[in-house]
Formats: sequence, structure tokens, C-alpha cells
Amino acid sequence: MLRQIEGSKAIAETVALCRPEVVCAYPISPQTHIIEAVGAMVKAGTLAPCEFINVESEFAAMSVAIGASATGARAYTATSSQGLLFMMEAVYNAAGLGLPIVMTLANRAIGAPINIWNDHSDAMAVRDSGWIQLFAESNQEASDLHVQAFRLAEELSVPVMVCVDGFILTHAVEGVDLLDQSYVDSFLPPYEPRQMLDTKAPVSIGAMVGPEAFEEVRYLAHLRQLDALELIPEIAREFFESTGRDSGGLVRPYRTDDAETVVVAMGSVLGTLKDAVDARRDLGELVGVLGVTSFRPFPSEAVRDALAHARQIVVIEKAFSIGAGGVLSTDIAIAIHHEQTLLRTVIAGLGGRAITRRSLEKVLDDASRDELAPLTFLDLDQGAVDRERARMQASRRSGPSAENLLRDRGTVSPKIPA
Amino acid sequence: MFQIRIHGRGGQGVVTAAEILSVAAFDEGRHAQAFPSFGSERTGAPVVSFCRFDDRVIRTHEPVMEPDAVIIQDVTLIHQVDLFSGLSPDGYVLINSSSSFSDLGFGDFFDQYHIERLMTCPATQIALEHLGRPLPNAALLGGFAALTGEITCDAIDKAVREHFIGPVGERNAAAVKAAFDYVASKVKEVARASTN
Repeated sequence: MLRQIEGSKAIAETVALCRPEVVCAYPISPQTHIIEAVGAMVKAGTLAPCEFINVESEFAAMSVAIGASATGARAYTATSSQGLLFMMEAVYNAAGLGLPIVMTLANRAIGAPINIWNDHSDAMAVRDSGWIQLFAESNQEASDLHVQAFRLAEELSVPVMVCVDGFILTHAVEGVDLLDQSYVDSFLPPYEPRQMLDTKAPVSIGAMVGPEAFEEVRYLAHLRQLDALELIPEIAREFFESTGRDSGGLVRPYRTDDAETVVVAMGSVLGTLKDAVDARRDLGELVGVLGVTSFRPFPSEAVRDALAHARQIVVIEKAFSIGAGGVLSTDIAIAIHHEQTLLRTVIAGLGGRAITRRSLEKVLDDASRDELAPLTFLDLDQGAVDRERARMQASRRSGPSAENLLRDRGTVSPKIPA
Repeated sequence: MFQIRIHGRGGQGVVTAAEILSVAAFDEGRHAQAFPSFGSERTGAPVVSFCRFDDRVIRTHEPVMEPDAVIIQDVTLIHQVDLFSGLSPDGYVLINSSSSFSDLGFGDFFDQYHIERLMTCPATQIALEHLGRPLPNAALLGGFAALTGEITCDAIDKAVREHFIGPVGERNAAAVKAAFDYVASKVKEVARASTN
């Protein structure tokens, strides 16, 4: 049913339709509304049977999810930012053990400086953990992806992280067509564990593995992700055929066929980008957008196909590897491997800085004139940076840069009427 | 596409107002989007929320940079926040105040704007009367409907009753109607004055 609903609520209601048996989570902005809503449904008895376990930390949340999943229960949790880092060890364990936990990651920047707003640093920090990472473009897709995520996770015995832009999507009230229970029940069969702690057929899970087999265990995990490259589009196709909705899949090309310049991005910025591209298309400019839905596994072949004819590729990313550059760009560069294509990286939206249509237009303007630098920081206040560099030069004890920059912006003592 | 920015303070229902407005537009069969400006919410701190609606699917997720209408829930923000940034000369402004717009001391700031699109509405007073609490958000939505004609008062009424259940919904709906009538009569007044 189509409803005007907050993203978090739509996700929570969809998760409930997936009949998780154990939900364990620790609240952190901007994930909180999702977990509150799931908790309320468990308490009201509308999500049953399901045990909601209040834990004392994110580390415990993922540990409980691991335990629950190992006993054959469908397990779900959600987190953001520092919460994800706090559970990092268990995040790797969940993947290493091959437990099909589904987790919503309401994407948020990582401190310090502490910042509650959206970017993709948290997802990037665990990109090598062995989790499948799917990025939602809208709240409709965020909801739909959860149903697909449980199916994918359980078929492959791999945990899946559904990445949803914190605040921008989680707190946005939009029209979302929510699935109904009978549809989800038909799409998502009951969980059939590949491994399970069962007193009738005892096994141990989590053996110590030395040099004699560790590489093979890791390689098997890699193969399962490669299997996911086949399964993700298959599940998306089946979902499309039964709902008419184009949610999920590996990549989403938009007007790329004859595009000379293709902008690549993940998550909610894609909508704003498509508006910008449509306007330019009306003026005859050959631009397109490529949304990367599946970041892990990375769909190199699909990316290569979609970008085959592009002369210039502009990757807009909400995270970067400090001291190196773009993260998504690196994967794109490896995927395309032809040197005649211009590859440009634009770092944008860090710590919740709004990515405006106007700024995107400027990027596209620069790109159309071949004036885009290899690495650009969108809307960077160069003056503020220069002034801080000068302070550092002028005095050994120039103090903490974050505070200095806030003072420079006048944010420490905001404008108050005289 | 019609875009609205709502300014107020934490606790005044700024985020709720945008949500209710989006539900009202949705109920009228339009595509709608509402979202807060995502500050760390604290009571009394400046808060901004956004709403946009359109007959086409809304794909953008940027904040509202160039609003067609600005609703100010707290008049004390005037000296603290850049309230009218990006507002076009064809834009609407609705301010919660019992003073008249011209008495608010904007000087020549709005000289290029349409005077019939600039209004105040004593929404806090109306709220106190109907709810017994100084929560101006629902009332201002009634005023917004009257000022802009972009949404019907009925749609606001329905969305308010959906959001606030039972007697609280009734009382908010009464505040919506009172503010709608107030602003509607002001709009007529200005129209009469300009034709005379």
C-alpha cells in the first residue's frame, strides 16, 4: 500500500514483514527511529514470534545477532557510524562465520570531530569485512532492499548490510509503497540454515584455522560474493517481475547509452543527479548517471559495460581514503582499465554538507569543459583551510584545528542580536 | 514543484509541520517529501524543516534552497537566522506574529515582493485558544493554505487529524480552521485595498 511515511518507519515495517526472530540493537542517530519502530512492533505483539534484545552496546548487538543466527534464527540489527566501528570485530566475525545477518546501516560520518550527519565513511570502513553492501537510492528502494537482503543473505550464507543515507533518507517522509505480508512470505522462504548449533546434531562453529586452511576459507568467502554477483540481479529481476518495481540489482544506468560523460554515485544523491542530467539532456548535452547499488560485491563487469562508451567518468563519493583519494573511484578505475578515459573524483557531502543541485551543476559545467581536476572537494572553503594552515605555520601551539575552524566560521559564537 | 521552508525552534513542532503538510499533499494525490534540517535537536534551538510537492515523482534530496514559501513559527528568529535566503520575489511568507507584517521592521527588504503574499498570523494566540498550549505549527498550516492556495484547508484538516489522534486532533483542526479564516480574510482585505 502506498503511504506517506518516514523512511525509518518504512524500513522497520518492511523488516517486520520479513519475520525476523531475533532483533538486537543499540540506539544511535540516525538509526534510532528504525529500531524504536521495530521494538514497538515486538512489544505490541504485531511482530511475533520475535525476541527484541536490549543490549548494552553495538559490540553486544552484533554478538547477539551472531549467536542468534548460529542457532538458526533470522537475525536483524541496525547501526550507524561509531556504532558500526564499535561492533567492527563482530562485523568481521559474522562474515567470516558465514552467518546471514541483515543489518541496516543508516550512513553517518565517523568522528573525530564528532558529527552525526550523513556520509559514507562508516560503510567504507567495513567494505573489506566480507559483508554484502547494498546502497539505497530512495526510501522505496531502502524498504524493498531489506526483503531482497534477507533472501540473498540466507541463500548464500553471507551477511548483508543495507546502506541508507542517514537523515537524508531515514528521516525523510516520502511516499513508499509497502509490501504486504503474503507477498513477502512468498518471496522470502523460511530460513534454512547451512550451519546451525543444534543439540540433536552437534557441531562447533568458529574453529581456529591456521595457515593450513585460512586462505581457502577466505577464498570461499570471495567465491560466495562472486556468486552474489549472479544472485543479486536474479533476485532483483524476480522482484521487478512480481512488484513492477526496479529495486536492487548491481548497478543502475540512467541515460548512459550515448553519454560522453557519466557521473557515478551511490545512495540518495542519485535522485538529485538525475534531475541535473535531465536538464542537461534537454540542452543536448550527452551526460548520464550510473548508480552503484551493490558496492560489495563490486560489479566490475556491469560497471565496465555501463561505462564502455564514456569519454569521461566523474565519481561523486561521500567518503574518501585520507592520504589517497576516492574509494569508489579506485574500484571504478580497476573495473574500466582503459587509459584513454578521463576519471575524475569529486568528494562531496562529508559530514552532512548538503550536495546541492547548484554545486552538482558546477561539477558538470567543469566536466563539460574538461576542467574538472582529478580530485575535487566539492564546496570546500579553501580560505578557511588556508587560514588554519597559516595559523599552524605561525605558531607551534595553534591548537585544535576543528575548534579553530568553527571559530573561523563564527559557529562557536553565533550571531546574536546586539 | 512547490517548495516550503519552515523555521522555528525545537519544541514548536517544526518537523511535524512539514510532515503533516507532506501528508496533506499526498492525500491530494500529489508526490510529496518532507524532512528536517537534521540538527542535534534541542528545545529552543533554531530548527528548519522542508517540504516539497509536485505532480511528478520527486527524486531530489537536496535541502530546499530556493523556497516558494517560508513559514516562520518563531518571530524571534528574525535577528538570528537567514530566514529568507533563496526566496524568490514571487514567494510567500507567513510569520507567526500578532503584529502586522509592516510592523515587523523589515524596512525595504520586501520592496520587490508581492505584498499580498506576505502575511502574519497570530498562530500562538490561536493555539493557546484552541489547544491551551503555545504550539503554532498546525494553525500556521491553515494559514499557509489560505495564503498560497497551494493546498486545501480540508487536506490540512485531514492530515492534522491523522497525526494528532482524538481530542488533540479536534483541537488542532479547530486551530487550523481559525488560522485559515484569519489569513483568508486578510488576503481579501489586501486584495480589496489594492483594487480600490
